[in-house]
Amino acid sequence: MRGQSIIETEKLTKRYGTQTAVNELDLQIREGEVFGFLGPNGAGKTTTLLMFLGLTEPTSGKVNVCGFDPKREGLRVKERVGYLPENVGFYEDMDARENLQYVARLNRIPDEISAPRIDTWLKEVGLYEEAKKMVGIYSKGMRQRLGIAEVMIKEPKLIFLDEPTIGLDPDGTNRMLDLIHSLSREKNITVFLSSHLLDQVQRICDRVGIMIKGNLVAVGPIQELAREKLGIDKERYTLEEIYMKYFKEA
Amino acid sequence: MHGILTIFRKELADQFSSTRFLLISALIVMVGVIIASMVAMGIQEETRGLAKPTLIFLLLFTSTGKLFSFIQFIGFFGPLVGIILGFDSINRERVSRTLSKLVAQPIYRDSIINAKFLTGVVTISIVLVAIVLIISGLGIRLVGVVPGWEEVWRLAIYLIASILYISFWLGISILFSVVFRSTATSALASLALWIFFSFFVSLGAGVLSDAVAPISQSSSGIDPEALLKHERVQRTISLFSPMTLYSDATSTILDPMRKTTRSLILMGPLERLSLTRFQSPLPLLQSITIVTPHLVSLVAITFLCFGICYLVFMRQEIRTV
Repeated sequence: MRGQSIIETEKLTKRYGTQTAVNELDLQIREGEVFGFLGPNGAGKTTTLLMFLGLTEPTSGKVNVCGFDPKREGLRVKERVGYLPENVGFYEDMDARENLQYVARLNRIPDEISAPRIDTWLKEVGLYEEAKKMVGIYSKGMRQRLGIAEVMIKEPKLIFLDEPTIGLDPDGTNRMLDLIHSLSREKNITVFLSSHLLDQVQRICDRVGIMIKGNLVAVGPIQELAREKLGIDKERYTLEEIYMKYFKEA
Repeated sequence: MHGILTIFRKELADQFSSTRFLLISALIVMVGVIIASMVAMGIQEETRGLAKPTLIFLLLFTSTGKLFSFIQFIGFFGPLVGIILGFDSINRERVSRTLSKLVAQPIYRDSIINAKFLTGVVTISIVLVAIVLIISGLGIRLVGVVPGWEEVWRLAIYLIASILYISFWLGISILFSVVFRSTATSALASLALWIFFSFFVSLGAGVLSDAVAPISQSSSGIDPEALLKHERVQRTISLFSPMTLYSDATSTILDPMRKTTRSLILMGPLERLSLTRFQSPLPLLQSITIVTPHLVSLVAITFLCFGICYLVFMRQEIRTV
């Protein structure tokens, strides 16, 4: 299974007026891996995600997600890909199950198929007991976990997570990271994770890409980048050191 | 189609369980019932011992009674209903961050805006049909006459015109909810436009017609040519207001005694004579002929408004921030 690419971009560029948000991005994501997409705020991470989903049109360049061009076959891509936006929102006056059911219906999943799936995922993310409560009273951590369940309802091959741990307490962060890890290992789902919380990315990602001011300055396994930037003799490294080195150079 | 239906079902359920929907419909039903029963009792008093005149049933809706008539009430309050139903339809989803999630689902983006508009139109239709039926029931009970086919047809046309008119305001408020990020701003903008059209267009029409075609006071009195021109300019300008379009159309369709939407001053002498001499109601088809331009204009502005709304929404960037 591994080795086949699920996302491919070629000179993908997005400009807003004179400002270049994403500059000639060449990137390949392989099936089944956990890819960490790093960069400071405003580096173009979210814009890249939106282009992968066909929600924003690229100015130039090619992009291919799950074998489809998101620009022309956006629906095909969205059927196969789950997207958890940063600070995901829910319909506050509906309970967790109703929220998930609505999304399932939008994905053309019949109720009789979605109902057991919703139960499974509510248990998986640890919200089964709270499923009858209105989402309006959910804590931040519960919302993020509900977001994961919502993304998984359509059984995607690939999920995009935009800052999934931002604003979570340490316990919530750990649960979230474990959940993402298990998705990749047990369900063989490709995870594309955008974040600027480096220690967390280091814990779960197979490969990382570092984006600064719209340019992808480095991409590869963390060890490799460490060897390249910090010297091979260094035993203990953190992603932060590597990242800061790239950041200063850029 | 699948996406539209799913969103439509959810939105309609939301609408019917919302407090604002309950308040609006309670208000309309309350006012409608009060007006209708007052008018009905008045008719009962006046026609006691007399043969009932033709088309008396429509008087329930057009007679002003002590306060105002039902059609005046809808003409004034209808836009508010449209605005209340639509002013936060898109930006509420934006604020609660559900919009970016919604567009990431495998549905066409236009299903969102289409479903929202459709929900509003269906809600409006349900409320209006319900209140017209309630008033009719009350009328049958109190006045004791059953509406004939012609009256039913006239009421049906009135309903269609009213739904179109309120949908126009729904379209305006959805447009503002697409353009403005804050729900308060879009509500205020829609209200401002409503006030502008309901009060200032007619005022402005007066001022403009004074400027374009002033009525000069000469020694021989007022020049009739100038007066005619003044009146024509004023009518043309005030027709730019959807209020005027709507109230002209509905009062003509529900009152068969009205044979023109023009004011008395613009009629020729023979026309005026025939109006006073022959007090017979206009046949249904003739009434329809008179109001067709108004109805077509109502359809046009409603679709134009929705079209702009659709375009703006489709071209908008969906960002999480």
